[in-house]
Parts: sequence; structure tokens; C-alpha cells
Amino acid sequence: MSPVASVKTLKIDGRDLSGRQEETILDVARQNGIFIPRLCEMEGLSDVGACRMCLVEIKGQNKLLPACVTTVEEGMEVTTNSPRLEHYRRMILELLFTERNHVCSVCVSNGHCEMQMLGQRLGITHVHFPYRYPQEDVDASHDRFVIDHNRCILCTRCVRVCDEIEGAHTWDVMGRGINAKVITDLNEPWGSSETCTSCGKCVHVCPTGVLFEKGRSVAEMLKRRQFLPYLTLMRKENE
Amino acid sequence: MTPEELAEIAESERVAQSRFTQRVNVCVAAGCLSCQSQSVKDALDREANRRDIKDHCQIKGVGCMGLCAEGPLVSTSSGVLYRKVQAENGAAILDSLGGQPVSHLVCRTDTPFFQRQKKIVLENSGVIDPERIEDYIAGEGYSALIKTLTEMTPREVIDQVTKSGLRGRGGAGYPTGLKWSTVSKSVGTKKYVICNGDEGDPGAFMDRSVLESDPHRVLEGMLIAAYAVGASEGFAYVRAEYPLAVKRLRTAIRQAERVGLLGSDICGTRFSFRVDVRLGAGAFVCGEETALIASVEGKRGTPRPRPPYPAMEGLFGEPTLINNVETFASVAPIIRKGGEWYAQIGTEKSKGTKVFALAGRVQNTGLVEVPMGISLREMVFEIGGGVPEGRKFKAVQTGGPSGGCLPSDCLDMPVDYESLAQAGSIMGSGGMIVMDESSCMVDVAKYFMDFCMTESCGKCIPCRVGTYQMHRILTAIGNMSATQQDLKMLEELCDLLKHTSLCGLGQSAPNPVVSTLRSFAEEYRAHVEEHKCPAGVCNAQPGGETE
Repeated sequence: MSPVASVKTLKIDGRDLSGRQEETILDVARQNGIFIPRLCEMEGLSDVGACRMCLVEIKGQNKLLPACVTTVEEGMEVTTNSPRLEHYRRMILELLFTERNHVCSVCVSNGHCEMQMLGQRLGITHVHFPYRYPQEDVDASHDRFVIDHNRCILCTRCVRVCDEIEGAHTWDVMGRGINAKVITDLNEPWGSSETCTSCGKCVHVCPTGVLFEKGRSVAEMLKRRQFLPYLTLMRKENE
Repeated sequence: MTPEELAEIAESERVAQSRFTQRVNVCVAAGCLSCQSQSVKDALDREANRRDIKDHCQIKGVGCMGLCAEGPLVSTSSGVLYRKVQAENGAAILDSLGGQPVSHLVCRTDTPFFQRQKKIVLENSGVIDPERIEDYIAGEGYSALIKTLTEMTPREVIDQVTKSGLRGRGGAGYPTGLKWSTVSKSVGTKKYVICNGDEGDPGAFMDRSVLESDPHRVLEGMLIAAYAVGASEGFAYVRAEYPLAVKRLRTAIRQAERVGLLGSDICGTRFSFRVDVRLGAGAFVCGEETALIASVEGKRGTPRPRPPYPAMEGLFGEPTLINNVETFASVAPIIRKGGEWYAQIGTEKSKGTKVFALAGRVQNTGLVEVPMGISLREMVFEIGGGVPEGRKFKAVQTGGPSGGCLPSDCLDMPVDYESLAQAGSIMGSGGMIVMDESSCMVDVAKYFMDFCMTESCGKCIPCRVGTYQMHRILTAIGNMSATQQDLKMLEELCDLLKHTSLCGLGQSAPNPVVSTLRSFAEEYRAHVEEHKCPAGVCNAQPGGETE
């Protein structure tokens, strides 16, 4: 018997589209070239719904739902952009800019940063919340890579890629709330980590300039992510 | 364990108890223990031994009697309640048995505090010894379980719970029958029942008291639920800050296992169920069901987006029923007396009784159980005895950090899920903090925001950074250094958190601010415009910056 795939039809921003029942709104939107902002989501990794940038409006639902974890349903009518959504997205991004020290002019990812690009796309010209200016660490103990916590947005892509794709689970999160931070092993220097395989996957999925290769200067850190869809595809075929 | 064996235990316990013509019950729940009730009980024991009256006079440690403000509490078989008892009063109390009560210790029980209560969940609290299963069984304990296992189908059990109109007592008020029905219909290789005892609201201690005073009732509720939904394994998740509750619950589990009420083939049926205790490690967010599940699984306690709901995919990906301690504690009486009986109590949409922890500026702080629909005025001024020292009532805070502050013009509102939500607060788990004119509402809002900020798990941005920014603004208002712009920003943040946060903690974190902004806008204005704190709590600080 051939496998049964249940296909749902739905409307996104007025366009009639279809998606398999296990696909999310974000999947279908992406296939059809509809832009939904997101920071924590990454194709090939599990979804956590943490950044709240991909919240969309669904007709008949008074709650905003994250497009990255909401699966398509028959007859769904999704709005991916509205003044309200834009207002919230801008505020969330502003909050993120105030949280740590995001100084683009000295950042290795300047010009290639997902957060920076999103800020431009959402038309953020200034931040109206006061900045926190926290003192964050930089760990350069690893032979090839550096982590600069000043630029971390806690999207946990590094945690997920290390656990789900590389299988090392070197990264994790410690602390709560505003004091949360990503750590290697049990908060040991990255260079002395016994689990790290130095594969560099975390560096390349990182949306900002937190994780980068040693020797890169301002704007020089380009992230290469081709491995992710390739690995995911190969794994699926082996299943 | 067969029904006959259970009846035998009950009978022999009743015979054993009937030997005692006199009884002295000492509260050994956390409230009274903290004011030395253990030494009172020891003194009574010593004195009874010395007089050699232990064959007819029983000195028993029991659970919470409610009026925690007057502890240690002691009650006697002649129906007298003593308050603020000290070890040296032991002899006098024993002397008084059967005669005139010790007048200077007597606590009047004809007051509204005692008379207005209706005890269902707490019916055994302060009556039975929480560390002896026999005492529980003698008072109809586990008879509801036997009834479900031998006479009812799972569907019938769910029908009774649905009919009772019971709603989740953890705060959100989701219909319990519907939840049970959903889990029972879900498909999985295994199903789980989880009891949520991660009570973390400041000022709330209902679940602690129930677990300390009557742990078997919670187990019985879990067993009935497990039978109804088809679960074979359960977890009781209790916060580690409740060592006594954990100890008594563990004792109860051991006792139930010993007599065969937990384990395999319970009561000679095919039904098997085991319960393990899991301790919370001090994170408030672990009271949120998906975070709790992650914590039980041994992971970091952070919430995940729902759906899928735990009823479909919960613990280890299997269908899971999660109810609060008090919800489980309400189940046995519903099964014993029928759903219709329970549905007669309360209001149209909020049935039954609710346990509240009265705290703050109120005469009778303690634990009360009242029918739903009672007015806030009755709660505060009759049962609570009003505000002490002749001060003026200002607000009552319900629902902890997820709830709101209700001003005096809400006093005649009935206490039920809908009314509280409409007034901008929530029922929550049952914490009720009364405030008088000496409380500054900005300060109160700041306190709760501080709580939410430190308890935010940090997963989603609105809650992680939003609570920080809100706390910063509230601190600035308290320091008299805030501007109108800050107030506007505060309102914007309230709206953002409510609509974009991932879990209930973040979504409800603005509630204390929203409700005080609505009812006490004048106080905010005074801080911002006149740099004055009407209650005299906040002081302008030089520099006026935050942190």
C-alpha cells in the first residue's frame, strides 16, 4: 500500500495554498515565498516556538499562534502581516536589542546577521526601551571558535543542532529569565569541553555574531548552512 | 486488598478508636508546627503517660484546623478548640477533659470563620492522623475507589465527574470531566496521571495543607482518575520546599502499597497503578503543565507551545492527565455522594467548594473552604474577621502573580471563575492576600513583577526581557523618577506580554500591573506627577536609577 498523505488546503494572506497535514504554516509559507520573520526556527532542527517573531493571526482564533509549530488545518485563514503583528514584532525585536550588547559596527556578523536584517526589514530606526548594557563574557578558549555572549539572543539553535544533528549535546542553557545563558558542558570553558567534537555546526546555525571562527574580523563571518538540509534529507532517506 | 479486607480494616480501626473516651487532637501541619505544636503534643503525651490514662485518652497529631493565625491549635473530644497553646498548658488541658474548659485558651468556634465554611476537600483535615492509613480508611477512606473499581465503568466515573461540574483547582478552571474524557479517548501505548503539587504563588498554601493533612485523599483521587482514563503510572510532583508534605505523601504511598491499594491487580481487578513522587527544584514555572512534564522527564523545566496538549502528547510523549492537588482531593467525595450532590453547591458555572489561603492584613489568616459564589466581602470581613487595628481595607489580591488586585468596589462580587476573570483577576490556586491602606499598589505591582522576572524561565523573549523592562519601570515609579512616557511604555508592555508570551506565566505576568493601573490609577499618577507615595511606602531615592 502506498503511504497516505493527507493534504489540507488553506489561505495564507488571501492566497489559496495547500500543505501536508504535518507541515506547519511556516513551511507552507516558505514554499510559496511568503515571508514570515523568525529567529529561533531553522529548517532541519526541532521547533521551540521561543522567539515569538513568527506569530500570525488565524481567523476565528483570538490567540496569536506561532507559525513554526502550528500545523496546517483545512480551511484555515492565516494573516502573516498586519499593523498589530508588526507592532508586536517590532517591540519584541527592540526588547532583544536592549537585552545584551548588540553593537553592529564591531560585530563579525555585521551585514550577515539575521537579527540585523530583521531590524531593517521591520523598519526599526531606534529603540525606545532603555538598554541594559550587561557585562557578558567572551570565551575564546576553543582552538578554532569563539563565543561572545554579548550578542546572544538565546534562540538555542546551537543547543539543538549539537544535540539533534551532531549528537554531542555539548551546549545547553543554564540560569533563568534574564540571567539565562548558553553553556558548554557543565559551564566549563569551551576549550576544555570533553564532549565538543569541534564540528562547527553551532557556529554556522547561529543567527547573530555570538559564535564565530577565530581570525574573522568585523563583517567577515559568513555562515554556511548547506549541510543542514543535506544531512536532514540523508537521514530521512535512511529511515 | 479486597473490599471485605478494607471493611475489616475500617471496622477494627473503629473498634480501636471507640476504646478512647477522650481525645486530644494537636495540629501538626506546617503552620502550627512552626509555632512549636510538636512540643505541645510531646508535653501532652508525657503528661498522659505520667497520669497513665493512655488507654482511654488518645493524644493524636492531626492536620490543619484552619485558623493558622491562632496556632498552635488543639481540639478535644468535648468539642472545645484551644488556641495559642503552649507546652506548659498540657496538664491543664488534660485536667479539663470532661469538665470546664481552660477558659483563657478557648477559641470560639461560633464565629463566621468556622460557621461559614463548608468542608469537602478539608473534611478530614484536623480530624484524622495524616500518617495512618487506618484512620483514613475508618472514615470512609478508599470506599470511593472500591466503588469505582467494583461497580463503575470508566465512562461512568467520567460521567459523574462531568456532572459534578468540577473545574481545575490549579487556577485556569478547565472542566475536569472534559479533561478526563479527552485523556481517556487519547491513544497511546501507556497513559500517565500527574498530580501537580508545585504550588508556588506567594501567600498560597492550600495544596501544602491538603498534602500534609490528608495525603491519602489525593492518592485516592489519583487512583480513581487513573482508572477512569486508563493510566497505569502516576507521578506526584511536589515542590521540595514542602518537606513535610513530601514526607507524609511518601508515607501514604508506602502504606497504600502495603495494603494493596497501590500496585498490581488492585482489589482483585485487572487495574494496576503505581505512584512515584518527584520533587520540584524551586522553579515557579514548573507549575505550568508542559514545564512540569519536562521536569518529570528529567529535562530543564521550560514550557513548550500547546497544542499538542498533554492530554494527547504529555509525559514521554504519551497521553497524560494533569490535575492539581485540590482537584484530586475533590474526587473521592464526588464519587461517594454522586456528581449531582456536588453540583448543588456553588454557582451556575463554578460548582462545589474552593479552598482559600487567607493571608495579609486580615484578622483570621488561615485556610478556609467555602462554597463557590460567596462574596469577597464575606470572605474578607466575615470569615477573615476584617482588617486588624481598625485600618481601612484597600484591596484583595487573588491568584498570585498571575492574578490581580481587586479594590473595595469589587467586594460584593461573587467569588467564582467568571466573576474574578471579568474583574481582571483570576481564581488562581486560591491564594487571597488582603491589603490595607498601608500598602502601596505600585509597590505591590513591583513585588509581583519582581517575582515574575526572577521566575521567568527565559525561553521566550517577551517574558524574559519584557518582565525585566516592566520591573525597571515599576522600580522607577517607586523611586519617583518615572515619566508619563514610562507609564505609556508600561501599558504597551502589558499588552505585549499578554498576547505574545509562550506560556501562561508570561501571558498573565502583567495582570497585577493591569489591575492596579485600572483600579488605582490615582496612585500611579501621584508617584509620577507629584513624586509622592500616598501610602508612604515608596521613597524617592537619590539618583533614581534602577537595579
